[in-house]
Amino acid sequence: MVGGADDFASIQALLDDWLETEFTFRDTDRLTRQLLAQSPRDRQFVLNWTQRVASTNIALAHRFAELSDQTLASMDREVVEAWIQHAMDQYDRSGLAAAMKVVDEVDDFARQRFERASGSILEEQIPVLAGFLRGLSGRELCLAEADGARAWTDSETLYLPGVVARLAERKDNFVLHKAMVAHLWAQTRFGTFQADLEAELARYADREHALRLFHLLETLRLDARIERELPGLAREMGRLRALLGEEARYASLRAHGERLLDPRARVEDTLHALRDAFERIEPLSLCYQGHLDPQAVSECMARRVEREKAILRVELAELADELKESGRLAPDAPAEFDLKQKEGDAAEQGFEFELSIDEEALSVPEFLRKVMTSIVLDFGEIPEEYLTAAGPGEYDLSRFDEEALDPDEVWSGAYHEEGAFLYPEWDFARQCHRKNWCVLRELAVEPRHDDFHVNTLRKHARLIKSLHRTFEALRGEDRLLKKQPHGDDIDIDALVEAWADLRSGHEMSERLFASLRKEERNIAVMFMVDMSGSTRGWINDAERESLILLAESLEILGDRYAIYGFSGTTRKRCELYRVKAFDDPYDDEVKARISGIEAQDYTRMGVAIRHLSGLLKQVDARIKLLVTLSDGKPEDYDGYYRGEYGIEDTRQALFEARRDGVHPFCITIDEQAQEYLPHLYGAANYVVIKEVEKLPLKVSDIYRKLTS
Amino acid sequence: MNDTANVLRPEEYFIEDEPYYEPLGDEIAVFEAAYRNRLPVLLKGPTGCGKTRFMEHMAWRLKRPLITVSCHDDLTASDLVGRFLVKGGETRWVDGPLARAVRAGGVCYLDEIVEARKDTTVVIHPLADDRRVLPMEKVGELLEAGPEFCLAISYNPGYQSVLKDLKQSTRQRFVALEFDYPDAELEQRIIENETGIDGELARKLVQFARMTRNLKGSGLDEGASTRLLVHAAKLIADGIEPVTASHVAIAQALSDDADMLAAVDELSSSLF
Repeated sequence: MVGGADDFASIQALLDDWLETEFTFRDTDRLTRQLLAQSPRDRQFVLNWTQRVASTNIALAHRFAELSDQTLASMDREVVEAWIQHAMDQYDRSGLAAAMKVVDEVDDFARQRFERASGSILEEQIPVLAGFLRGLSGRELCLAEADGARAWTDSETLYLPGVVARLAERKDNFVLHKAMVAHLWAQTRFGTFQADLEAELARYADREHALRLFHLLETLRLDARIERELPGLAREMGRLRALLGEEARYASLRAHGERLLDPRARVEDTLHALRDAFERIEPLSLCYQGHLDPQAVSECMARRVEREKAILRVELAELADELKESGRLAPDAPAEFDLKQKEGDAAEQGFEFELSIDEEALSVPEFLRKVMTSIVLDFGEIPEEYLTAAGPGEYDLSRFDEEALDPDEVWSGAYHEEGAFLYPEWDFARQCHRKNWCVLRELAVEPRHDDFHVNTLRKHARLIKSLHRTFEALRGEDRLLKKQPHGDDIDIDALVEAWADLRSGHEMSERLFASLRKEERNIAVMFMVDMSGSTRGWINDAERESLILLAESLEILGDRYAIYGFSGTTRKRCELYRVKAFDDPYDDEVKARISGIEAQDYTRMGVAIRHLSGLLKQVDARIKLLVTLSDGKPEDYDGYYRGEYGIEDTRQALFEARRDGVHPFCITIDEQAQEYLPHLYGAANYVVIKEVEKLPLKVSDIYRKLTS
Repeated sequence: MNDTANVLRPEEYFIEDEPYYEPLGDEIAVFEAAYRNRLPVLLKGPTGCGKTRFMEHMAWRLKRPLITVSCHDDLTASDLVGRFLVKGGETRWVDGPLARAVRAGGVCYLDEIVEARKDTTVVIHPLADDRRVLPMEKVGELLEAGPEFCLAISYNPGYQSVLKDLKQSTRQRFVALEFDYPDAELEQRIIENETGIDGELARKLVQFARMTRNLKGSGLDEGASTRLLVHAAKLIADGIEPVTASHVAIAQALSDDADMLAAVDELSSSLF
């Protein structure tokens, strides 16, 4: 720490060191004088952060220090920290130029910060808004951040501004965010896109003007529907309009647009009203309206309509086939179905359907009900032709499946980050996480169907027998507990004693029963196996044999377990090799995969720990263990993930795992492990095995000790 | 201090007043037919759908005492059949609820049977097939049930885990009735009849329940059951604000997750 640097010489020495003036020839005289003039607390703050930023980039650190006077004068410390963190994030994401921009435009940042202080931030509110949206009826919609400041939808995704800060208080801004969600939802729910908007707009010379007017009138219609369905929300939207001075005009518009307020009004009525009102009304943009993009909607709709028609008709064909097979439908009957949408008030919310064929009612599976709901929202009803089953081969549903990226294919071209998991990494010099720094993929191990499994069992036959015995003894057993206050049976011994006590004048115990208690093991363990290049040869064999023996023992024990190998090259290419997932049975495939484990590249441990702890968290078990089989220190190709950086990131990842209820443990053959393992895993949570060939023996033993 | 609770022995628990029950389908007729033919009944469905209320109603209709056992994973056969207790220096046999029901010719309702220990099947199977006998090994007796005895069990298929499953050998002994959330009109009527609140509020509560059921699987394990709606309605009838009543009686019962609670509250505040 830099407390106590109070004179010119020592301050300059620090700056020279961090800014590497030997090589960069930066002038630290002026900077040092500037810092000397600051208060000691401010100076300490600036020096601290200069050091941290310098570990990322020197130019950035220099500029930060230069601007420190002006920033500390106009902003709180917290804001300054947030600003410089943001600059470093930008550096990680887009390089030096972007980061410098943030630093120079510090005023912009302050303004944005203010907005963020009282604004509603989409990133933070998405869980609540998504839950709210999901609860509303109709097609299942997604939320995403819009590029600009206005909300819009393509009829499947609702795009919302990242920050809404039009009002003074955060809770009002949140209501505005929510009102935008409701308005966009209403567009899909109440049929705004059921008419051909483009065709209609083409009739007007000034398309833009017509579009805005249409949007305004349509909002009147949608607001009336919202008022009927969600009166509480309608009240809140009214309050927002009042706060933003839109209410007066809104009220007068409503007075003139009565037809649109009728609950049966449809989008055609709005188009009608548009023709009447075109010359007479000035468009107004209400705070929650956003804008309309009819083109995006029609493109999205075109794809969706095709897909849903195919799904429905294929599903009906399958249904018809089943009915014909079970004899409920004549083999040559035309596969034409009847559909009724349940009428009535309450049914409006539920989209209930009654499907029948030849008078026979059929049950509608849930996913089909959702597809039908979506079709009804697009067309107002399900068109006749949809209700005829598809002919054989009429549709190829695989066309509509979202292409799943094959990770192995991805590597053959230029890399890109789809289909991968992004994880942060801890930069100990910067003392914070680098967001979305590592790209991790789960790959499969090429199974090798050979006799490795059989040979291992033969080689360690004696050991296996004793393992069987030991592990069987550990299994959950029924234990007879005696002298219990309640139980299934009377404990005769206790009764005899109590009776004797009673006869000799003492009090009789109440603990006279025996009960059978089942002790259950409730453990899930994740094995993280080092597959780096350094394990080639001896070590690789020993690791694989240990895994076979472990698996044999665990099958007896009944604990849930998973085995993953990890390796990778640089942060953009972290790889996890799935040998056995929790749900996989211990079958020949898994045995072949264990045999197929091969040495790969490097050892970036932090990201593997984060990912595997995540998997472990999803398992329902009382005790969760993360056991690492490794041969050495964390180290990666890109030069900086080694030494202290690698160790600190690994340590941070282990800390995060512990915080999430996972117990980490390390088994290593690195003789120098004593130097760093206690720092990573704690004094009691690691074991060093000096002789590699003893690894198979010891691993099972260690596991046994660990879990009893 | 005077006791204000009623003290009854389980086999004396006759239901005097008609418990309010709205049938979903023809379950009443089916149950009565099963009873007449001495067939045991299995009630399937999510929590809060009226299974227990249905049993009370049927017990009232058939004029038999109702003995309910809530099963949990420490429940053994002896808990059901009975055990020896040591009282005053003597060992005495005390009947469990199942044995009492068989002796008294009552209706025995085992709620959430999959939770109980597996050794309970030893006892349930002989009662559930046409033998209708309860083996009481520790006493060395066989209790043969009279014609008025009825066995009913319930379970929630939605909570099925691999370990706790209703095996075929058990399930195939029962006549199964399926319970589910009632449709909107019926649910509204149930709420109105149970609590006396006006139709409009009842309708909104039903709509709110539907919204929470849309969230099943995206953060909520289960949507709101009819029972929770009745709770909220009772609070509203007593003067509590609808939004508050929805929060305490429904939202808080469904989830502890802060984001999910906020989302559910947003839904209720949009509605009322």
